[in-house]
Amino acid sequence: MAGFDKRVGSYEEAMDGLESGMTVIAGGFGLCGIPENLIGEIKRRGVKDLTIYSNNCGVDGFGLGLLLEDRQISRIYASYVGENALFEQQMLNDEIEVVLTPQGTLAEKMRAGGAGIPAFYTATGYGTPIGDGKEVREFNGRHYILEESVVGDFAIVKGWKADRYGNIVYRDTAQNFNPLAATAGKITVVEVEEIVEPGELKPDQIHTPGIYVDRVIKGSFEKRIEKRTVREG
Amino acid sequence: MALTREQMAQRVARELEDGFYVNLGIGIPTLVANYVPEGIDVMLQSENGLLGMGRFPTEAEVDPDMINAGKQTVTARDGAAIFSSAESFAMIRGGHVDLTVLGAFEVDQNGNIASWMIPGKLIKGMGGAMDLVAGAENIICTMTHASKHGESKLLEQCNLPLTGAGCINRVLTDLAYLEIKDGAFHLVERAPGVSVEEIVEKTAGKLVVPDHVPEMTFEA
Repeated sequence: MAGFDKRVGSYEEAMDGLESGMTVIAGGFGLCGIPENLIGEIKRRGVKDLTIYSNNCGVDGFGLGLLLEDRQISRIYASYVGENALFEQQMLNDEIEVVLTPQGTLAEKMRAGGAGIPAFYTATGYGTPIGDGKEVREFNGRHYILEESVVGDFAIVKGWKADRYGNIVYRDTAQNFNPLAATAGKITVVEVEEIVEPGELKPDQIHTPGIYVDRVIKGSFEKRIEKRTVREG
Repeated sequence: MALTREQMAQRVARELEDGFYVNLGIGIPTLVANYVPEGIDVMLQSENGLLGMGRFPTEAEVDPDMINAGKQTVTARDGAAIFSSAESFAMIRGGHVDLTVLGAFEVDQNGNIASWMIPGKLIKGMGGAMDLVAGAENIICTMTHASKHGESKLLEQCNLPLTGAGCINRVLTDLAYLEIKDGAFHLVERAPGVSVEEIVEKTAGKLVVPDHVPEMTFEA
C-alpha cells in the first residue's frame, strides 16, 4: 500500500490486527449487503469475546451466524435476531448478551459515531423498556432519550465497486448499514466486487468517500436470498 | 362476519391519499399495497433504504441486492430512490412519511402500543417499529380485536412491553375501525354483520359508542 492505495492482497491482511475482545461494526441488512468473506476471515481467525453491532445476526451457517458456531460473539447490538436456531439457543442459555436496539437508533449510533457526535437525543424508545435507565430530556413539549454513539475497533463493509483510494459505490438495497459502518471503525475494511482505477467513479456519485476507508479487497460473493418472492410474468 | 385479512387491507387502503409516502409493516399491512384506490398514486417506503418499492420481481428479475424490510425480493418502481439506513430513519424519525401502517399485539385506550415482544416467548427484537411509531403522526394499527380465546387486545392498559407510548390514534381490527382520543377508544365503523354488542364485549378498554355505527361495505 502506498499513498492512497488501500488495496490489500489477502483476507488475512484485510483483518490484520483483529484481536479477541474487540468491537466490530458490520454492514448488511438480513443477508443483503453482508461482508461475507470478512466474516469468514473472522471465523477463520477464531478470535473470541467479540462485541458486534449489526442489524441482524445472519442465519444458521451463513453471515454472522457463522461466528456463533465457535461462540465468538459475546455481545451483539442488533434490532432483529433469532432467525437462527443456534442464536436462540445461545440466547436462552445466556451464552450471548443481546442488546436489542431500535433499527433507527442503531443506524444513528454508527452514523454519529463516525461523525464525531458522542450522543444524540431520539424519541424512539421513550416510554418503552429501551428507555429504561437512560437520560431523558424534553424538547418542544416532547420527551427524548439520550443514546450514545459507537466507534468500533473494526468496521466490516460490503460495497459494490471501489476505486483504489477506497471511494465506494453500493448497489441497490445492499447499501443499508454499510455507509454508516464504513465511517464508524478505527480500521474500516471494505470488500467489493470490483476495484477500479481512480477517475473511473464519478466524484458526485460516490456513496462513501475514501477518507473513511483503510483497506479494500476484491472478493466473490454468494449473495444468498432469504425470501425469494416472485410474481407471474 | 369478521373481516378477512384482504378486507382489512382494503379498508386501510381507503385512508391512502394521492401523493402519500407510506410505510407498510410486515403482515397484513403489506397487503394494503394491493388495494391502492384507482386514480391515486402512493410511494412505498421500505425502512432498509428504498423509497418507491415496486411489485415482486418475476423469476427473471430476482436480484439478491433488491429486498424490502421483510427480507423479500422486490423491485424498485420508476422514480424510486435508494439510500442508507441512516437516511431511511432520518425520513421516518423526521416525520416525513405521510402514513405508517403496522400490526400490534395490544393497543390501549391511551394510545400505547405493544407489538414487538412477548416475554418468555418472542424476543426477536423490534426492528424499525419503535422508530416508526415515534416518528409518525399518522399511524394506523391493524390487528385482530381479540385472541382466539376471546381475550380483548384493545385494553385499558397494555400488559406487554411497549413499542411506543401515546402514539396510536387509529385502529383497524377484524371487527371494527376505531379512533383513540381523550383516554378512550371511539367506535367509528363496524365490520359487515358484526354487532355493536360483540364489539363492546370484546373491547376491554374504555369504549365510546355513538348512536349510529355504520357498517363497512366491500365490493364482492
